[in-house]
Amino acid sequence: MTDSKYFTTTKKGEIFELKAELNSDKKEKKKEAVKKVIASMTVGKDVSALFPDVVNCMQTDNLELKKLVYLYLMNYAKSQPDMAIMAVNTFVKDCEDPNPLIRALAVRTMGCIRVDKITEYLCEPLRKCLKDEDPYVRKTAAVCVAKLHDINAQLVEDQGFLDTLKDLISDSNPMVVANAVAALSEIAESHPSSNLLDLNPQSINKLLTALNECTEWGQIFILDCLANYMPKDDREAQSICERVTPRLSHANSAVVLSAVKVLMKFMEMLSKDLDYYGTLLKKLAPPLVTLLSAEPELQYVALRNINLIVQKRPEILKHEMKVFFVKYNDPIYVKLEKLDIMIRLASQANIAQVLAELKEYATEVDVDFVRKAVRAIGRCAIKVEQSAERCVSTLLDLIQTKVNYVVQEAIVVIKDIFRKYPNKYESVIATLCENLDSLDEPEARAAMIWIVGEYAERIDNADELLESFLEGFHDESTQVQLQLLTAIVKLFLKKPTETQELVQQVLSLATQDSDNPDLRDRGYIYWRLLSTDPVAAKEVVLAEKPLISEETDLIEPTLLDELICYIGTLASVYHKPPSAFVEGSRGVVHKSLPPRTGSSESAESPDTAPSGGPAADQPSVIPTQGDLLGDLLNLDLGPPVSGPPMATSAVQMGAVDLLGDSLMGDESEGMGGSGGSFTPAPSTTAPTNVGAPLGSGLGDLFDLTGGVGTLSGSYVAPKTVWLPAMKAKGLEISGTFSRQVGSISMDLVLTNKALQVMSDFAIQFNRNSFGLAPAAPLQVHAPLAPNQSVEITLPLNTVGSVMKMEPLNNLQVAVKNNIDVFYFSTLYPLHILFVEDGKMERQMFLATWKDIPNENETQFQIKDCSLNADAVSSKLQGSNIFTIAKRNVEGQDMLYQSLKLTNGIWVLAELRIQPSNPSFTLSLKCRAPEVSQYIYQAYETILKN
Amino acid sequence: MAERAARPGPGTAEVFVRAPGAGLAAAALRARGAGPTGAGPVGGRGLCGEPARGFAPPQPGLAAAMIHSLFLINASGDIFLEKHWKSVVSRSVCDYFFEAQERASEAENVPPVIPTPHHYLLSVYRHKIFFVAVIQSEVPPLFVIEFLHRVVDTFQDYFGVCSEVIIKDNVVVVYEVLEEMLDNGFPLATESNILKELIKPPTILRTVVNTITGSTNVGDQLPTGQLSVVPWRRTGVKYTNNEAYFDVIEEIDAIIDKSGSTITAEIQGVIDACVKLTGMPDLTLSFMNPRLLDDVSFHPCVRFKRWESERILSFIPPDGNFRLLSYHVSAQNLVAIPVYVKHNISFRDSSSLGRFEITVGPKQTMGKTVEGVMVTSQMPKSVLNMTLTPSQGTHVFDPVTKLLSWDVGKINPQKLPSLKGSVSLQAGTSKPDENPTINLQFKIQQLAISGLKVNRLDMYGEKYKPFKGIKYMTKAGKFQVRT
Repeated sequence: MTDSKYFTTTKKGEIFELKAELNSDKKEKKKEAVKKVIASMTVGKDVSALFPDVVNCMQTDNLELKKLVYLYLMNYAKSQPDMAIMAVNTFVKDCEDPNPLIRALAVRTMGCIRVDKITEYLCEPLRKCLKDEDPYVRKTAAVCVAKLHDINAQLVEDQGFLDTLKDLISDSNPMVVANAVAALSEIAESHPSSNLLDLNPQSINKLLTALNECTEWGQIFILDCLANYMPKDDREAQSICERVTPRLSHANSAVVLSAVKVLMKFMEMLSKDLDYYGTLLKKLAPPLVTLLSAEPELQYVALRNINLIVQKRPEILKHEMKVFFVKYNDPIYVKLEKLDIMIRLASQANIAQVLAELKEYATEVDVDFVRKAVRAIGRCAIKVEQSAERCVSTLLDLIQTKVNYVVQEAIVVIKDIFRKYPNKYESVIATLCENLDSLDEPEARAAMIWIVGEYAERIDNADELLESFLEGFHDESTQVQLQLLTAIVKLFLKKPTETQELVQQVLSLATQDSDNPDLRDRGYIYWRLLSTDPVAAKEVVLAEKPLISEETDLIEPTLLDELICYIGTLASVYHKPPSAFVEGSRGVVHKSLPPRTGSSESAESPDTAPSGGPAADQPSVIPTQGDLLGDLLNLDLGPPVSGPPMATSAVQMGAVDLLGDSLMGDESEGMGGSGGSFTPAPSTTAPTNVGAPLGSGLGDLFDLTGGVGTLSGSYVAPKTVWLPAMKAKGLEISGTFSRQVGSISMDLVLTNKALQVMSDFAIQFNRNSFGLAPAAPLQVHAPLAPNQSVEITLPLNTVGSVMKMEPLNNLQVAVKNNIDVFYFSTLYPLHILFVEDGKMERQMFLATWKDIPNENETQFQIKDCSLNADAVSSKLQGSNIFTIAKRNVEGQDMLYQSLKLTNGIWVLAELRIQPSNPSFTLSLKCRAPEVSQYIYQAYETILKN
Repeated sequence: MAERAARPGPGTAEVFVRAPGAGLAAAALRARGAGPTGAGPVGGRGLCGEPARGFAPPQPGLAAAMIHSLFLINASGDIFLEKHWKSVVSRSVCDYFFEAQERASEAENVPPVIPTPHHYLLSVYRHKIFFVAVIQSEVPPLFVIEFLHRVVDTFQDYFGVCSEVIIKDNVVVVYEVLEEMLDNGFPLATESNILKELIKPPTILRTVVNTITGSTNVGDQLPTGQLSVVPWRRTGVKYTNNEAYFDVIEEIDAIIDKSGSTITAEIQGVIDACVKLTGMPDLTLSFMNPRLLDDVSFHPCVRFKRWESERILSFIPPDGNFRLLSYHVSAQNLVAIPVYVKHNISFRDSSSLGRFEITVGPKQTMGKTVEGVMVTSQMPKSVLNMTLTPSQGTHVFDPVTKLLSWDVGKINPQKLPSLKGSVSLQAGTSKPDENPTINLQFKIQQLAISGLKVNRLDMYGEKYKPFKGIKYMTKAGKFQVRT
């Protein structure tokens, strides 16, 4: 008596038979027939031909039969839209049924029938169900709105269901709240700009209350929704964290991980000195460890996320190394992830343990895993300098095992170790050379050849070794061929006398007998270098190589920050932002970590974070001056060498010292290379300067502020009238925007053209595309008398609420005074949003440029600009558009530039300048192409003024 | 790079179109059959690394839904059940899964997240069945995987075992249950208490009764727990014998190195409960040493506030069997290791015989007996055969899989069990590089190795006196000894 009987059929044709049974008079037989139909459906058979017969069974009191028919309908309605209409009446009737279970079932099923015609009939019942007295029906109806939206978004909006759904967030039943949140999140995902989930402290409070009472799945929806909220200050962030923390002890790992996301994100806002910060860090470790004792599939996802967390906040798991040790029967995908995290956690304190483990893994059976373990040993050597020696000896031990793939892998990593620690471990070369014959993988062969070439002067028979590779030159892979070519040239430069023949041979092999353009080009270059200028050749080929470091396999910090916002999602599994795989059309909202309150851009530098009050309270005169100088110095020193934030803060500190009294000498020496015109600035500011009377020193200093400011800050447009007096009962407002050293401000002139005194000024911004908001209240100290003007600089920040505006840079402002409230809107130039650390690393730039699809590229012409490339570059740098590389191609200058907006959007640019032609071609690439047009406008403004 | 253009888009009705009259076997064959596209896999590099390219963009225009469809696939690669919660997704999407399956050496190694051009496949592997969920947009993967595990648990709960045969035998109930668990991809009812009220699990008696009376196994009342503050418990529970039993079960995961010292050891503990109490009882459970529990995951019924402040578990229990609590005693604490293994394994070149000798003995057992001891070890491939004599128990060496297993039974501290003998290698092979790892299983009754002890169990809210019982047990989890 099992359901398998539903699968047995006679030869005659089951559809025919089923049809007969479905139309039987006997209830029982009907039900059995429907069950057979469903059974066929589950294994993918086509039973759509029975549609009318099955629908006929729908009107019944038997709930099971009803459910079965509904199941069938959901599957086939789409393929039989006309007949699906037949079912509508029953649905509408069921929506009125006294039994809530049936009401809910009907509304639920109707939503699943993806047929346009049916949706019209769905609206009325759905509206009733959304207000049903029974919460079970309400929560089902909430989900139904999302379904309907999926089928016909316009209809949902027209019918006002979205508002009803928003109201349900305040429902008394937590399950209804959770489902409403889930439905709204789903709808919001297809309308990133629609601002459906308008989160404010009140709604957050409701969500937090529902969080404690709803089901585990509802908790996930709510937590994911909370993660999108931006608390207004650190106090609010902390109180949310406190209420979310208990979720870390939930048995459902998805709840735990979503809670971790919220905490990781809001933690960003908490000051590190806070006791609570430390407590929170401690609380995060145990749940993460617990995730690793779950099923392997869960472990895998958890490990991918832990990989991110460990990079962002290594302190959380630094004592938990052992839980990442690999068990031999872990699935391979878990093993590989654990290995990766082990390396990230490796430090001087635990390196001995880690190495012992890695050595153990290197003798396991699985080849992939063994290889990765050997690589890991190499990465440890590069990461933890003190362990390098131990790593090398471990690798040598492994080479002694003579297991082929282990040896090859070991040689590849030893090459990296040589690059990191030159002239330290060359004694092992002899051992490596013994294994030359066993190398059959290109990567290992190439590595070995590199070693021989690099250390040719210490290997007596280097020429013989390389010659032996040369015999089968054409059978080698390109990688090996290129490496061999370079190695032999190196050898020749080091031992020219004995190896002339060899180098001739390789050059002719590479240039004459090869079809590979890379190889040929490299061969010709070497050939010409060697024949025209051997000294230059030596300088080029034997140049000192930059050291490699472990950073190469770390995730780039801005990307990491973005990914932290996506903990627990697919993005976190693939370590790619959704923008990398959700293509442009859907308009992805970039998420970024909230800024730590109380500190400016460089949150990490210890000297810029006086805890407490918002940034806007700070600008007292002296620190500002220091910052300005810092910026000036930065400008003079040319492009920062390493990561921009670090460089900036270092120079800033220098500048502060400079303002002190002593260190003057050192600093000015350090600035030796700077442009002459700027040097007076720092020397006048230093009180010890010759000839500058102490008394007027301060005065000078103030004077300078203006001058230096305009030089170093970005371009500021002249003020224009925003609000004419006739529209605002006599108040005229003109203004402009400026950006100086990381802070944006709105420079206003308020003029009273009325006859009465104005007072009680206040200002407010509407939500806008980049979250611009006043960082301080509008302060007009004295009442404004008739015909009087006052100049005010209003500091702005970008942590306000975000709403996409049209045009993008539109800002709606409300100004209030004792007379009335006035509204105006203005367009801000986008360059005030270009941040100081917008300089991308070259590699990153190249990768990103390639990564962004070509459809996102837009081209613009900048006409009538007579500047040359260098002038352009320095002018743009003043507004935080950074030149990363400059190339000269056929007489044209190509500038490659990057900039970053306050919300973390990167824009990459290629600027083509022809010396004779005053119009430039600007190509912009950005993941959010809608900004391109405004970036172009900014370019034009900056270059033409 | 060339586009894989030939893929059929989602939502094509293709699945259901097949020759009439073909039976189940044919459907299965077809499922496996390389669809129209044998084309290269997506992001073929590595196992689970980032896919190289061709990342699946969610269908523009289609809004997100959690779980789109579910496919059940057996070990030989037949799709034997499919369920769609939104539109129908062609089962050819599973081709990507099959590719991954082929690439993986063993079923356990199939990566749990697989990207395809239009969907993601998230899978779990349990009871020799792959449960493959199809999703179409950015969804928390843990959410999906947790849900899939919950599906498996539910099947197990309903049918006793979860196997292909039993699922096929109960396909209609399975389908009804799946429909109840998810609505539009959102989990609806996943508590087995509630589900069982909506869809009654099949029992032999009920099947017979249903056939005679024509009644149904679908409940027509809204489950009482569904919306209450205690969704995990139904109202109106009645028992003649009121009882509450708790099992404290601890599993030791450990890696022991060659010399016998512990590399890492941790305890995964759970408290499983079987509570059959009338009405709405409110229970509290307190411990002698609650400080041990600093890393815990609770059943939703546990009041977290009370635990935070008083370290007491206070809860209204679900009816029947449930996991009250799981906890983790981390590697940082000192974990007692109850057994040791002395081993002497040496291989020689194929000409002569290698030696094999292991002895198992008790270590820190607090005077309790170690029983149910089972030793397994995966021998290197070059091992041809083993000639061994155990001092007790039985042993088997499978020359095909090279798996040695020795069922030891109880350990008598006076006379330690040992297994000795010789190993012969295949002719012409050199001695293996790797030494086998020994896997150990054992059980110790009446002991929680972490030292956790329940202090008392009290019941409030009801008048009767229940039977109460606490049992302790320690087991080996992943307990490995390297040699």
